[in-house]
Amino acid sequence: MPKDNSIKKVLVIGSGPIVIGQAAEFDYAGTQACRSLKEEGVQVVLVNSNPATIMTDKNIADHVYIEPLTIPVLEGIIEKEKPDSILPTLGGQAGLNLGMELAESGFLEKHNCRLIGTTPETIRKAEDRLEFKETMEKINEPCAPSLVVENVEDGVNFAETIGYPIVLRPAYTLGGSGGGIAHNREELEEILANGLRLSRVGQVLVERCIAGWKEIEYEVIRDRMGNVITVCNMENIDPVGVHTGDSIVVAPSQTLGDKEYQMLRTSALNIISELKITGGCNVQFALKPDSFEYCVIEVNPRVSRSSALASKATGYPIAKVAAKIALGYTLDEIPNAITGKTYASFEPMLDYCVVKIPRLPFDKFISAKRTLTTQMKATGEVMAIANNFEAGLMKALRSLEQHVDSLIYEDYSDKDEYDIMEMLHRVDDRRIFVIAEALRRNIPYNVIHDITKIDLWFIDKIAILVEMEERLKKEPLTRELLAEAKRLEFPDSVIGRLVGKKEKKIKALRDEWNIHAAFKMVDTCAAEFAASTPYYYSVFGSENEVVETSGKKKVLVLGSGPIRIGQGIEFDFCSVHCTWSFSRAGYETIIVNNNPETVSTDFDIADKLYFEPLTPEDVENIVELEKPDGAVVQFGGQTAIKLTEALMKMGVPILGTSAKDVDAAEDRELFDQILEECCIPRPAGHTVFTCEEAIQAANDLGYPVLVRPSYVLGGQGMQIAINDKDITEFIGIINRITQEHPILVDKYLMGKEIEVDAVCDGEEILIPGIMEHIERAGIHSGDSISVYPARSISEKIKKVIVEYTRRLARALHVKGLINIQFIVANDEVYVIEVNPRSSRTVPYISKVTGIPIVDLATQVIIGNTIRGLGYEPGLQKEADYVAIKMPVFSFEKLRGADIALGPEMKSTGECLGIAKTFNEALYKAFLGAGVRLPKFKKMIITVKDADKLDAVDIARRFKAIGYEIYATKSTAKILNENGVEALMVNKIEQDSPNLLDLILGHQIDLVIDTPSQGAKKSHDGFIIRRNAIETGVNVLTSIDTANALITSLENRDEHLTLVDIATID
Amino acid sequence: MKAFLILEDGHVFTGTAIGADKEVISEIVFNTSMTGYLEVLTDPSYAGQAVVMTYPLIGNYGICYEDMESKKPWPDGYIVRELSRIPSNFRSEDTIQHFLEQNDIPGIAGIDTRALTKILREKGTMNGMITRNENYDLDEAIRRMKQYTPTGVVMKTTCKEKLILPGEGYKVALMDLGAKRNIAKSLNDRGCEVTIYPADTKAEEIIAANPDGIMLSNGPGDPKECTEIIQEIKKLYETDIPIFAICLGHQLMALANGCDTHKMKYGHRGGNHPVKDLKTGKVYISSQNHGYVVDTDGLDPEIAVPAFVNVNDGTNEGLAYTGKNIFTVQFHPEACPGPQDSAYLFDRFIQMMEEK
Repeated sequence: MPKDNSIKKVLVIGSGPIVIGQAAEFDYAGTQACRSLKEEGVQVVLVNSNPATIMTDKNIADHVYIEPLTIPVLEGIIEKEKPDSILPTLGGQAGLNLGMELAESGFLEKHNCRLIGTTPETIRKAEDRLEFKETMEKINEPCAPSLVVENVEDGVNFAETIGYPIVLRPAYTLGGSGGGIAHNREELEEILANGLRLSRVGQVLVERCIAGWKEIEYEVIRDRMGNVITVCNMENIDPVGVHTGDSIVVAPSQTLGDKEYQMLRTSALNIISELKITGGCNVQFALKPDSFEYCVIEVNPRVSRSSALASKATGYPIAKVAAKIALGYTLDEIPNAITGKTYASFEPMLDYCVVKIPRLPFDKFISAKRTLTTQMKATGEVMAIANNFEAGLMKALRSLEQHVDSLIYEDYSDKDEYDIMEMLHRVDDRRIFVIAEALRRNIPYNVIHDITKIDLWFIDKIAILVEMEERLKKEPLTRELLAEAKRLEFPDSVIGRLVGKKEKKIKALRDEWNIHAAFKMVDTCAAEFAASTPYYYSVFGSENEVVETSGKKKVLVLGSGPIRIGQGIEFDFCSVHCTWSFSRAGYETIIVNNNPETVSTDFDIADKLYFEPLTPEDVENIVELEKPDGAVVQFGGQTAIKLTEALMKMGVPILGTSAKDVDAAEDRELFDQILEECCIPRPAGHTVFTCEEAIQAANDLGYPVLVRPSYVLGGQGMQIAINDKDITEFIGIINRITQEHPILVDKYLMGKEIEVDAVCDGEEILIPGIMEHIERAGIHSGDSISVYPARSISEKIKKVIVEYTRRLARALHVKGLINIQFIVANDEVYVIEVNPRSSRTVPYISKVTGIPIVDLATQVIIGNTIRGLGYEPGLQKEADYVAIKMPVFSFEKLRGADIALGPEMKSTGECLGIAKTFNEALYKAFLGAGVRLPKFKKMIITVKDADKLDAVDIARRFKAIGYEIYATKSTAKILNENGVEALMVNKIEQDSPNLLDLILGHQIDLVIDTPSQGAKKSHDGFIIRRNAIETGVNVLTSIDTANALITSLENRDEHLTLVDIATID
Repeated sequence: MKAFLILEDGHVFTGTAIGADKEVISEIVFNTSMTGYLEVLTDPSYAGQAVVMTYPLIGNYGICYEDMESKKPWPDGYIVRELSRIPSNFRSEDTIQHFLEQNDIPGIAGIDTRALTKILREKGTMNGMITRNENYDLDEAIRRMKQYTPTGVVMKTTCKEKLILPGEGYKVALMDLGAKRNIAKSLNDRGCEVTIYPADTKAEEIIAANPDGIMLSNGPGDPKECTEIIQEIKKLYETDIPIFAICLGHQLMALANGCDTHKMKYGHRGGNHPVKDLKTGKVYISSQNHGYVVDTDGLDPEIAVPAFVNVNDGTNEGLAYTGKNIFTVQFHPEACPGPQDSAYLFDRFIQMMEEK
């Protein structure tokens, strides 16, 4: 059935800011779908509040709205743009919920608009727990015994009848928010109460626990003719009980026979048929390991994280096909873009094995509980492709960039066998390493299996890796042994450590014995048909099949690896734009990356895609084969920057700013010299190696001081110290990981933080705009609210900033991008950080100014000049709009994580508020970040002494808009003394009713809690903040953020103006 | 121990010996199924061939005897990337290594199966030799390989004696041309009494038993070789008994009615082929295993019309016989291994018997 020609203009809803459970995969899906729609001549209107995405580029959609994802905003866009259709299945749960609400309210019907891709009935059947259960019963698909409850009492009663443990799943939440497993009544009451509150409809499913069963997923697609296919199935190594987003996953399933595989496949197809989904769908099953009994866990009637993974694992572009289906095409009419010979109506066959490992944020949240549950905690993931499972696991482990390159991780030498068995019971991100250690100690497979419920097949594969470790330690290194170790993807560095030789020596042996990586193609069809899409993975012991391509100049673009706090989707944005730009300039482009969620790893972005770990050895394999004319590292974040030295040793020219100059910006002494030459002041500081030196330096400078390791991302390990004790503690934390580089101790200056991204062609610079942070220095720039154009600095200061930027860019011989952070204190400009590379703010500033700075930077790298590209150097004219970037956090997903902001970055994503006025932009930004106030008009203020006077003014203003204020003793005293009426509440260790009761009573809109800096973290403050977050209360830990919020609320106007970004140039 | 796979075109792959210790020459074909290696091994249609599994990890869930599609494995040889060291499945009763040895099937593991598949795809199916002899004579081996043609495979695989699966419903005569068990089982599960006849049974005997329907099974080899069976099938065609045929049965019915068949470059073997029902326009994912295909160029619509077509390459996947109660398909609605999506065709067959 051909395209439905009544579809002419489609509104695509994005998923909003990156949070845990809803990340880059929706940018990938959305971008692919928009391109697919445009290819069909359909006009695309896009709305997404996230400016770091590629989908919000004006070349991806025709009209782009970076606006808060709320019903009034969407209604406004529909009224303005008059789309005939809405595609709600690409924006994750957020997009789906919005589409549903618009349809249910009757708004769409009134405006001659309809949902395509799926119907409201389908969404309800799949998402509403009760309707879903009834539907499954109707077609005889088993679900675990369960009951939907709307209050705690019903849940407890039902639990008594089916017995503990019990799984709790709130309806309409993302990433399983608020869910969990309860082992007893007490836990049930706690999790259930929380889940009921988080659910959009106040419903939670109470269900028989099937923890320990195999967790299997199927990605299926259906068209409107009712044709159905399976794209991929996947098996979670971690059995049911760990969220699939936090599980190690393998594709295809490994331990299912054809009978089991087909049984579940047929079930998945029956389900998608009954739900009448048109597009992609994900079905999760629990399969009892010792019978054919299974239950359907969940169905997602939309593209998802799993569908992104399935697309990358198979080469089958699910989002693209789903978009075509939404337009009316049937599967047999859509060509398979990879083979060009087959159609979308066929099932991919893999001739390799894919392993995905989640990237968990426990390196950032040291205090967070590492236990993995049904609530997702991962911020990102890596994928590896190999032709055996062991190799896939090894490649994925080193792709994580978590200082792990094998199964040898923590030191367990002080643990005995009993301890190890105890540790096997802990379900956390380190379990795989504990299993390896258990195998090293000869703990039997079945003992490990009984504790972990992990299938024996996977345990045996881990054992094969452990046995190889032993062989390398004990046996002489023969050609056969080395070849086998490489077949299992042991990196040279690990082999070297185990055999007691240098890494270089292992490489030399490999050259001598001709043991080299070969590259195979991902072709969707196990080589049955010739494929032309160059999507490759490496293997050892096989024939190479990469073909020599064009005689063009080749450029290697290094991606940014897994999404983590501090290195997010914005670097993928930069990598993709850089690739497109090189391609336009006539280069052959090669991308190396390992993140399955991103646009950069889509098969048609670069001329060649290598899905590989980003380590020197893995990159060298590609370099030896491709012999690129150059590599770009400045767009892939720290991941790519870290490879600079290695690339140079391989003889690959670094295009753009040289490695030496990158180094100069990071090396304290070289950098100080440059600043001195340029006559630019910086806060005084020292480089140290030991704790004693650090204390000495701090006392020289005078407290407070900033302590941090060099070469880090997202301010990792950065802290403000106010005394010697803090220094001792922080240095201890930093030195937990061996430091190759010195530690920096700087004088902490309190002032305005200013940020600039600039393009430099070696001579002249172009600054698209100056950004100012709302929060004063001390809070990581990624966690600060950023305002463009800067509004509180004088023209004189702006001139100084431009001048300093020019001097620094020239002194560092920057060719490409540079990001500089300044502090303006006492009318003086200080430089605090220089990164001669792309930054987090690049997509944001590009979009609001309409200046494509990644493209310009790439052009400059190729040899063009700023003037030659048609731009007048210097600071560009200010745009007509104020644009505010608001950080977004995922604290509610991370039990035990401290939410207080500081120099270490904690946000997972961002959203944008753009408007003609500052106030409206600010209001939009808060709205986009999910701050929907006021509700109950009650708030709590508890601030540190230094903030008390500022707090008076803020409290007065909240009072003026009708807020009732509660405060702890000393804060209340100050407020009342200054004429702001505040009710005093007991601290949490005091009698009820105290602060905690107030928070848990669900009557509080907001908590302003500014913790005192330093190591002595107030335990009370921590408990208040955690409880508030987990109760869904907004918590602000900086007085400046509070000030901004009240400003936005004072100027709140329900009638928002809508800005089409595509019109800015 | 080392083993070698030598191809007719001179390519040599070196790997590890698995299975039985014997040298074999056979036709090398590849199968892209990711699960169902035991069903593949025990599918009689592989008689006279050696199978390459394109999925690299084989043997993961061991051997579950109840999944066998016939009494024994049929391929002359087995070619894989890697055999699992341990089997892991609650039903597993044996390891694949032991199963191959016990059934006297030689094989080779540890070779680049993807490179091999690409050769077969580019140059077409060819013969090959699996040997453990390091001192093989390449020219001699190629000479012997070129002479090899599998013959008489239908008679090798068919049952020796008539067998009855009791049932309360329709009586179906199943002509076993090298049948997979699940064909009889699919009918039996639908209540049919299934009488399985050896391939050389005369049409008269089957007709005399007065069945409600006749089922022609899958089977190995070149359909044109089965000249005698084709004659019997022609007689069955002349009756008004409803007939349903799969794979080789489909090809033989076509040949019996004057159509032609030809050998495909490398055939269809796997569980992911889309076939389109030309009547409804609906597409089904099917299980396939065939190296020959019915030519529909010049097909007389008075005789039959295409009923199914392969979405990928447009080859014929089924015929509906004009004015007759006969329909035949090239793919495998009985699945095992592979998708069960077209199992409804057995229901259609039951309906045909009902309507008669």
